[in-house]
Amino acid sequence: MSTTGSELVRLDASAMAAALRSGEVSSVELTQAHLDRIAEVDGPVESGVHAFLHVDGEGALARARELDAARSRGEELHELAGVPVAVKDVMVTRGMPSTAGSRMLEGWVPPYDATVVEQMRAAGLVTLGKTNMDEFAMGSSTEHSAFGPTRNPWAADRIPGGSGGGSAAALAAFEAPLATGTDTGGSIRQPAAVTGTVGVKPTYGGVSRYGLIALASSLDQGGPCARTVLDTALLHEVMGGHDPRDSTSLTDPVPAVVAAAREGARGDLTGVRVGVVREMGRAGHDEGYQAGVLQRFEEALDHLRSAGAEVVEVGCPNVEHALGAYYLILPSEASSNLARYDGMRYGLRVLPADVDPAEVTAEQVMAATRAKGFGPEAKRRIVLGTYALSSGYYDAYYGSAQKIRTLVQRDFAAAFEQVDVLVSPTAPTTAFRLGEKLDDPLAMYRGDVATIPANLAGIPGMSLPVGLAPEDGLPVGLQLLAPAREDARLYRVGAALEARLHAQWGGKLLDRVPAWTPASTTGAPA
Amino acid sequence: MPALPREEVAHLARLARIDMPDAELDHLAEQLTAIVDAVASVTGAVARAEAESGRPVPATSHPLPLRNVTRPDVVVRTLTAADALAAAPESEDDKFRVPRILGEDA
Repeated sequence: MSTTGSELVRLDASAMAAALRSGEVSSVELTQAHLDRIAEVDGPVESGVHAFLHVDGEGALARARELDAARSRGEELHELAGVPVAVKDVMVTRGMPSTAGSRMLEGWVPPYDATVVEQMRAAGLVTLGKTNMDEFAMGSSTEHSAFGPTRNPWAADRIPGGSGGGSAAALAAFEAPLATGTDTGGSIRQPAAVTGTVGVKPTYGGVSRYGLIALASSLDQGGPCARTVLDTALLHEVMGGHDPRDSTSLTDPVPAVVAAAREGARGDLTGVRVGVVREMGRAGHDEGYQAGVLQRFEEALDHLRSAGAEVVEVGCPNVEHALGAYYLILPSEASSNLARYDGMRYGLRVLPADVDPAEVTAEQVMAATRAKGFGPEAKRRIVLGTYALSSGYYDAYYGSAQKIRTLVQRDFAAAFEQVDVLVSPTAPTTAFRLGEKLDDPLAMYRGDVATIPANLAGIPGMSLPVGLAPEDGLPVGLQLLAPAREDARLYRVGAALEARLHAQWGGKLLDRVPAWTPASTTGAPA
Repeated sequence: MPALPREEVAHLARLARIDMPDAELDHLAEQLTAIVDAVASVTGAVARAEAESGRPVPATSHPLPLRNVTRPDVVVRTLTAADALAAAPESEDDKFRVPRILGEDA
């Protein structure tokens, strides 16, 4: 083997797959190179990247050996067979801890696999371990993980986004070439934006939710994360498809996203109509948007024009109310979904200190368990949801929020009459500092302003890197949105834009990520 | 917009079955007041949209049209009792063991 382990881990997943097929590298070598990289940068918890909550080195190598043996026997394998993947800890894995970033599930080992985990296993992807996340996917920074935050590989004092900050950081730190995410209000797209990686929230129902620990069921959507548009498409095709165990699963075939990414990579967007959403960062609607984010976004629009796309501005006035509607609908659904953590059948059980154990009631145990097991953000949202659903407020809050949902859907439907895809900055700013917004929930929520509307409407969205903001040198993401079931459009336009940006940069944005410098452990945020 | 008084937050926390000390209730009351104040604009936005169109806006509970889904009533492989109980805080005789759920007078 001529390639060293540190070079191997920087390859695209598609290049790794090609090297496996040609016999240039074995899955064991590739898996070991990633385990070495994880050992090098991921710990300790106080100062490392801390992208992983659990690493299964032994299991990964055993699986890699099986795949190498199958390949040497000449068995027909999936294109990605032997390539490692990092799995967000919200996806349950049989025999492997699955905590969703919560003390409530610390030490819980699920008795079954999520459908996406089964699909990835069937395709021969090698699971390296489980990635860090905000508790039950509530947050935009991974600081709400009960097990300590993940750090941004671009700068150790910055957040990696959330809730899927662990998956995005694992990609940007070359600890894994592929990773999974779930996106309820931007938890795939915003971490991708702030780490210089690619992430896609498929059409609602496009990826099975079976075995994905529920946050807000009408918004939750699993999806792929990677370092390039093509790699993201390859993983999307593995994860997608109808699942009879998820009653909201689409029965359509998986969209041809790999073909779309390959077509887009030729860089020609002649005839494609691109709509810039006025209410997401355009003049008059740019409060809170960082200048460098808007600058790189404008430059990306120029690339789209030079690829032949027609770029126009479109209005979606109700997206301005999406944030408010989301923070009523999400807590309402979450307060119901999280009622299952009651300390009775699995997970944490806490006996109240001041009650005789012989006399204690189930209700007292529940209240003590939930006080100890949930962190501050989970409690905030559960209580807020309980309020929004309580009689007297239900119509005014939850009812109105559901009507806003209709209005947002109508806005998108009208916009897609005029254009093929919509674009905006993914997040209004680059990665903020750890601790900066931790006790200011509203400031944290406002960072989701551009990603939330897609979840309310169920439409697919992608974030891809479009450069570094001049003022802080940190990655900027562009968001693409398409009509429901038209996920392939994201890949076609995304790959075309990526090809032009790579030509401009002379490589990928992640080629410029600095060598990892651990965080200073003195004065680090608590 | 009404502030959420601490007593109301305490009531909500009780409904949600979360023990919460006084200091936590005070802090949460302050934060929830700010959040509710910010999200309550949805009510006015809906009222304006309905006044402009002269028609009520229907509520959407789900992003895509859904049909109920059933499967044939056939036996399939499920978790064994041992699997289901493996992560239980306490179990006994192939059952979950839980604290007392009924009062003395029940």
